[in-house]
Amino acid sequence: MKIELNGKVHELPEHVKTTAQLLAFLELQNRIVIVEINQDIVLKDKYESHQLNTGDKVELIHFVGGG
Amino acid sequence: MKSRYLKQELFIGKTGQKKIEESTIVVFGMGALGSAISEMLVRAGVGKLVIADRDYVEWSNLQRQQLYTEDDAKKKLPKAVAAKQRLQSINSQTIIKEHVMDIFFQNVEELAEGASILMDATDNFETRLVINDAAMKHNIPFVFGACVGSYGMTYPVLPGKGPCFHCLVDYIPSQNVTCDTEGVISPIVQWVASMQVAQAMQILSGEDVTPTLRSFDIWKMEHAEMNVEKLKNLDCPSCGIERLHPFLTMEKHTKADILCGRDAVHIRPPVPRTLDLKYLSKQWEQQTTNMLANAHLLSFQYEPYRVILFKDGRAIIHGTADITMAKNVYTRLTG
Repeated sequence: MKIELNGKVHELPEHVKTTAQLLAFLELQNRIVIVEINQDIVLKDKYESHQLNTGDKVELIHFVGGG
Repeated sequence: MKSRYLKQELFIGKTGQKKIEESTIVVFGMGALGSAISEMLVRAGVGKLVIADRDYVEWSNLQRQQLYTEDDAKKKLPKAVAAKQRLQSINSQTIIKEHVMDIFFQNVEELAEGASILMDATDNFETRLVINDAAMKHNIPFVFGACVGSYGMTYPVLPGKGPCFHCLVDYIPSQNVTCDTEGVISPIVQWVASMQVAQAMQILSGEDVTPTLRSFDIWKMEHAEMNVEKLKNLDCPSCGIERLHPFLTMEKHTKADILCGRDAVHIRPPVPRTLDLKYLSKQWEQQTTNMLANAHLLSFQYEPYRVILFKDGRAIIHGTADITMAKNVYTRLTG
């Protein structure tokens, strides 16, 4: 499916259907991330259950430590 | 003299300029972000700047840590000392207080006390959580910033408004994935520092600042931002209903941590101590090579390790990322 991720259109492979799968696909599953889908933040305990839909606008920010 | 702020005052107004000139700002960490933030703040005319850093200048810093010179690296000057010299030459009116120290729960409140704003320029999550607790306890805004590779992020922690840093980051993630593998380029440092300073200036001049998390990848040109108000945790032990400030009350222990991307371990004794550098340099003359001393530290080669001993008892052991090994070397050298 096609989603908009941080302002750019991305084509996701078929197996990516939930927020948790999206994070794994982006190799961010072990990082601290904040995910917003269609302007609503998805809480961590909903990552497994929250389904993605074509055309979703996803904003994703992961934390880094450097400085 | 006043005319030096003319262009800024035209933009920010007389009242805003006055607020900046009356402010005290603490910058935690004087690496890449700390250098960029401090230079902007001093040029903007902050009244008092407090800077703290545990490290010394190395050649690999010069690519992005804008306050430092080759001469600082040759002399292995502590960053806080080298930074103060440069900053004071940029603006002689700003009162600058420098601290060569590791920031941790026992000294953070003393540093933060009386500050208008705390600026994050550290390189690890643990220290940020410590500073966040001090900020929440003393009701001081804390402007978070971080970067790795070409990616950076910022967030203004505003006491009483939106989530604190602990609400957003509730555990300390491993950092090995990042700095060692990805490096960092200076344009993203400048972006993060600029965002942080802009937010600090807005807070000082009374602008409405929202709890918005922002990120930018300056290589991919990818930007994201979101209002994170929803993530405010009422049970947060740092800013919630029952405030325990857990990161200000941790038990004493010798702290050792791996330095980002440097194959080195930083060691801090459980209680502050003063090392007699002259005595130590004599004592270890035979077993070490390339001994270099200045007023703040000793640097020498010991077995396969390059060791830096600071006057305040801290050490940086290069040539290992093994914490136990580094602690052993430290104990052998300092007793």
